Amino acid sequence: MASQKQLSKTNRFFVQFALIALTLAFAFPFVWMLSTAVKPIEETMKDPPVWIPSHFQFNNFWDAIKYGQETLGYIPFLVYARNTIVLAALVVIGSVVSNSLVAYSFSRLKWPGRDVAFAITIATMMVPFPVLMVPSFGLFRALDWIGTYRPLWVPAWFGSAFSIFLLRQFFRTIPFELSEAAKIDGASEWGIFRNIVLPLSKPALAVVALFSFMGVWNDFLGPLIYLLDQKTFTLSLGLQFYQSQAGGTAWNLLMAASTIVILPLIILFFFTQRLFIQGIAVTGLK
Amino acid sequence: MTGTLAKKQAWAGLIFASPWFIGFSAFIAYPVLASVYFSFCDYSVLKPPVYVGAENYTDLIHDELFWTTVRNTLVYASMTLPASMLTALILAMLLNAKVKGMAVYRTMFFIPALVPQVSLAILWSWILNGDHGVLNAFIGPIYHLFHKSPPNWMGTPEWSKPAMVLMSVWSVGNAVLIYLASLQDVPTSLIEAAELDGANGWKKTLNVTLPMISPVILFNGIMGIIGTLQVFTGPYIMFPNGQPAHSTYFYTEYLYDNAFKYHKMGYASAMGWILFVMILILTFVSIRLSEKHVHYQGS
Repeated sequence: MASQKQLSKTNRFFVQFALIALTLAFAFPFVWMLSTAVKPIEETMKDPPVWIPSHFQFNNFWDAIKYGQETLGYIPFLVYARNTIVLAALVVIGSVVSNSLVAYSFSRLKWPGRDVAFAITIATMMVPFPVLMVPSFGLFRALDWIGTYRPLWVPAWFGSAFSIFLLRQFFRTIPFELSEAAKIDGASEWGIFRNIVLPLSKPALAVVALFSFMGVWNDFLGPLIYLLDQKTFTLSLGLQFYQSQAGGTAWNLLMAASTIVILPLIILFFFTQRLFIQGIAVTGLK
Repeated sequence: MTGTLAKKQAWAGLIFASPWFIGFSAFIAYPVLASVYFSFCDYSVLKPPVYVGAENYTDLIHDELFWTTVRNTLVYASMTLPASMLTALILAMLLNAKVKGMAVYRTMFFIPALVPQVSLAILWSWILNGDHGVLNAFIGPIYHLFHKSPPNWMGTPEWSKPAMVLMSVWSVGNAVLIYLASLQDVPTSLIEAAELDGANGWKKTLNVTLPMISPVILFNGIMGIIGTLQVFTGPYIMFPNGQPAHSTYFYTEYLYDNAFKYHKMGYASAMGWILFVMILILTFVSIRLSEKHVHYQGS
């Protein structure tokens, strides 16, 4: 760390100053979003902009949640939230189960052709989704799955290249002596996987769970292609639908709705910061 | 004895990997192969595909809108990639300076990356809104000094792509974390050696730090190419129908419209394959071009 200490006082001041300025710049969109979300509608259109509303209209959040309730007969945002959570649960469980099994095979079991299979797995990360989009739609249509959640969660139960890669990197670091010792005691591969490797891999499994949860929460194109009935929409799709209907008018409600979609992710991040940062760092480090 | 053990392990290996064999075959291999075939077919999903030879590809060559979307996508990528890579690198280097409050700054830079694409696009269309955009309220006075008006971000073809660049620069947090992790991996001994040789801060960065993290920069660059060429959600929401004047009509949007709006699935498949080839070529080119500048440790 010697070199860090040699950072001169002026440099240190400059760095600190730059960091504070950039932090303010990065925080600014969020502050504006929150400020708009609690404003009465008249104050959203003022010039110069009003940062602190004359009165805080927290009702906006509830109004945004139940926007369109009269015509639909249900509270749209609660339904979207429920749909998203159910879908996310299916995807998260599926990806943790399937990817840990596959990664165990790729990292701790020897079988002919394994390394070639792994290289192909990595290569599939290059395939852009638009290439897969049309035939997958045809496949799911043949199965009569269009308009259901199945195209959005069933594939998660059969592994994904990125998560396999992530878990394999982690499983490889668990000492092989542990497996050998367990084998001498008569443990099966399933037993080693279940009782030794999985318990030692909780952080990596949590990263996979976290990323797949984020994936579902974020996904827009998937639900756009496969979901037809408004009642089945996820939050991302619902938010877009909401924007295209109310957009350009009720910006305060729109910002309130956006806050509702973003907030759970930020809360989740604060509880799992360490995992997040490690997980993302690993993706860059081969 | 070892033979049977090895055999047993091989069986276990195949069984454990079997979900992926199914997943790979059904959700990757089949779609990839099928889309090759569909790209030579007239296919609407409603009826079985009919082989038409290279017609889709020749039609694409004469399709002006196709070229517009290719141009838009490449222009956007060439603006947003350098901008966001440079921003991420600068932020990571500042964070690596070990000043007080690093964890707080890191969190602040990262959080925008958590914002789902849909919310991101809605939020920025509000910030850059034509009449009531808060950004222009800020920078407007500077423009007025020179008797000009601030950019009409959402309404003019010249500013619509820069608007998207702003949005992607803001959500650059993932790359920041990746760079930061690799910066922290640069051995202090190397930097100290450079100091002993009399290198100043700038020289240390240029001759030691950047070469040491160059594989990560290349990796991020390639991931960036793959991502930006597929850009969809942001413009789809921010600029419906590629407005203004098709300046934000991007490749994947046109592909999506062909497939699901016009039911020209064969045409869309051909577009998908052209995209794939474009990505492969650009990846290959960036690896070749960077060969001289990328240093892998231990090789």
